[in-house]
Amino acid sequence: MDTGSHDDSYTAPGVRGMVADWAADKQAFDMPWGKLMMWIFLLSDTFIFSIFLTSYMNVRLSATDSWPNASEVFALEIFGHHLPLILIAIMTFVLITSSGTMAMAVNFAYRRDRRKTVWLMAATALLGASFVGMQAFEWTKLIEDGVRPWGNPWGAAQFGSAFFMITGFHGLHVSAGVIYLAIVARKVARGDYEQKGYAIVEIAGLYWHFVDLVWVFIFAFFYLW
Amino acid sequence: MQHTALADQTLELHDPHSFVTKYIWSQDHKVIAIQYGLTAVFVGLVALVLSALMRLQLGFPDTFDFITPGAYLQFVTMHGMIMVIYLLTALLLGGFGNYLIPLMVGARDMVFPYMNMLSYWMYLLSVIILLASFFVPGGPTGAGWTLYPPQAILQGTPGYDWGIILMLVSLAVFIIAFTMGGLNYVTTVLQARTRGMTLMRMPLTIWGIFTATVLGLLAFPALLVSAIMMLLDKTIGTSFFMPALVSLGENLDYTGGSPVLFQHLFWFFGHPEVYIVALPAFGMVSDVLACHARKNIFGYRMMVWAIVAIGGLSFVVWAHHMYVSGMHPAFGFFFATTTLIIAVPTAIKVYNWVLTLWQGNIHLRVPMLFAIGFIFTFIHGGLTGLFLGNVTIDLPLSDTYFVVAHFHMVMGVSPIMVLFAAIYHWYPLITGRMLNDALGKAHFWLTFLGTYAIYLPMHYLGFLGVPRRYFAMGSTDFIPESALSLNASITVSALIVGASQLIFLFNVFWSLRHGEKAPHNPWGATSLEWQTPDVPPKHGNWGPELPTVYRWAYDFSVPGAERDFIAQNEPPDAAHPTSGELGGAS
Repeated sequence: MDTGSHDDSYTAPGVRGMVADWAADKQAFDMPWGKLMMWIFLLSDTFIFSIFLTSYMNVRLSATDSWPNASEVFALEIFGHHLPLILIAIMTFVLITSSGTMAMAVNFAYRRDRRKTVWLMAATALLGASFVGMQAFEWTKLIEDGVRPWGNPWGAAQFGSAFFMITGFHGLHVSAGVIYLAIVARKVARGDYEQKGYAIVEIAGLYWHFVDLVWVFIFAFFYLW
Repeated sequence: MQHTALADQTLELHDPHSFVTKYIWSQDHKVIAIQYGLTAVFVGLVALVLSALMRLQLGFPDTFDFITPGAYLQFVTMHGMIMVIYLLTALLLGGFGNYLIPLMVGARDMVFPYMNMLSYWMYLLSVIILLASFFVPGGPTGAGWTLYPPQAILQGTPGYDWGIILMLVSLAVFIIAFTMGGLNYVTTVLQARTRGMTLMRMPLTIWGIFTATVLGLLAFPALLVSAIMMLLDKTIGTSFFMPALVSLGENLDYTGGSPVLFQHLFWFFGHPEVYIVALPAFGMVSDVLACHARKNIFGYRMMVWAIVAIGGLSFVVWAHHMYVSGMHPAFGFFFATTTLIIAVPTAIKVYNWVLTLWQGNIHLRVPMLFAIGFIFTFIHGGLTGLFLGNVTIDLPLSDTYFVVAHFHMVMGVSPIMVLFAAIYHWYPLITGRMLNDALGKAHFWLTFLGTYAIYLPMHYLGFLGVPRRYFAMGSTDFIPESALSLNASITVSALIVGASQLIFLFNVFWSLRHGEKAPHNPWGATSLEWQTPDVPPKHGNWGPELPTVYRWAYDFSVPGAERDFIAQNEPPDAAHPTSGELGGAS
């Protein structure tokens, strides 16, 4: 059947061909619906985190008291050694490792190796859960040290407000991701996607990598600045 | 392309089996659209009543004892918030977006119907939370729809306790609802178009709704974040937006926050919000004008690019709402410039609407009356925007009735004129009945002339310096007696316009049963939604096979064609010249 579209323009070179391809009928991107939807959601979520971080920078600049020194606040005494930022370094390492296992899970899912996919997704979820666990430990320690959302012993009250709000919002994202991965992994194990294909693993992976990427920015702007 | 078969498959459709799955927990985009529409109109009526109460106080001060200064501020706040978010955004995107997107692009439903259903129920929840604030101690918030801190959460503002918390929670829930719907709309437009429906063959309605949804997905995050931060300030005593304060003689615990930060975040959402409301209206009015003038839309490509350009620019103009908040002069210059640049694509659109009418075969049916009425109200509201966009002119006019007149004309009356045009235009498709013509015309003239009687005098009040949001003028030297009579006349007009909406409601409900049966495609429209096998369209929209599109949506009065329109899915044929090339992909 003649589709009525200008077929020759798809093969046209350069920008014209690209525009024609992108504006073609049926679909603009060569990917499943769910994947595109996840990309758009992540774009929207990027705005949420960007605005959180911009607001944090703004209140940090407008705060009337001095800002506490992050590397001192986030230091641990381990076996008598004073180690600044050690816990955050471990947490960051764990989260980035989980991105690696997730990428491998996506690879094995497309090869339809269900056993390895499930194991790697479980490992990813476990690493994510341990990240959340370490975060809970960090929060507990800070609260014991007297940091509260409305004040802290060292300086600007906004330090605690922004810290708990932003890491809390990110922690919720990680927790949601762990649950999401667990559900998808269970369905992979049951073979629910044998008909539909395994794009869902990649979609879950997109979300997971995004959450990791956001953490890198939080790490840079909150702990290193 | 790899996934093209998806659009044709019917497996994903969940056919409803009982009354409950068909009309209540429905996943059909048409039913969800109607649910959205009815809920939005219901809260809109609440907001209309609130505006009537405000006008009664302003027109006849000291007459109504139950309108206290506090209650007045609550009416102002809730009227504004409901109209902008819970009526206009919800009705244009949740209502018309849901109904028209799958039908106009030739899809069976939204890409994820279940999430679409959840979107409506979250919206309903947000409305319930919002309305609940009328019944809590202290009543709803009276902080003004912009909810500026510090006053929004401090003693002295009505509803500073329960009211503001419920307001912020309701907004957060609304944003979740909008995101679930919005992801569906964008993905459906990008990925689920039928054969031959290239992006540059989509009706402008879809372009408007699509761009507005993208704006929403990128702008609502700012509102969500500021709502979260203000909730924290209110409930656990953080100081994001709260500087050190003395309130009622007492030093508060807040310290070092930035109230201007909230204004930036709010307007980073708030300005795109104006276009979230305006762009779908621009799109729908283009289609109504072309159809009832029996003429192709003038400059289709220009119209599309204007929509996209307006959408992009709307993110870099927000601080023009904050000229009086204190800003570096260079920023004032920047934001005034970007604001005035928006006038260029907007003016292109207005010229194109007028040129579409030029030498058209205009049928002055009710939808067309409202569409032409929109051109008038939009030009008036748009021109006053040029005044307010300039820093030096804005400063004396800021927070006067001139601003009230401006934004009511441009984003109150204008989108609502289009909504009426759209309802009169698509009612036969949605219900299978025609609306009564005489009642529709009466409704149009009362509404159109009435809004001028309301808002035109407000510009003069603004020039006099009458401030907005004031409960009573009192005895102020610069406000003459005549301003009070003007206020009384505005109130009378507002009550008449408000009452004339009852004609519309009566028409809609009466015609549901007693309206004339709608013929197939009564307006002779070209776009796909009128070409369904059944009217109203059944679940799945298209029967066994999806339509194929051969041309753009504006083949009206093509010389040599049999009829004065060629539907988008009519195959090219020796007898029909194909002028559809204009809308092709090349």
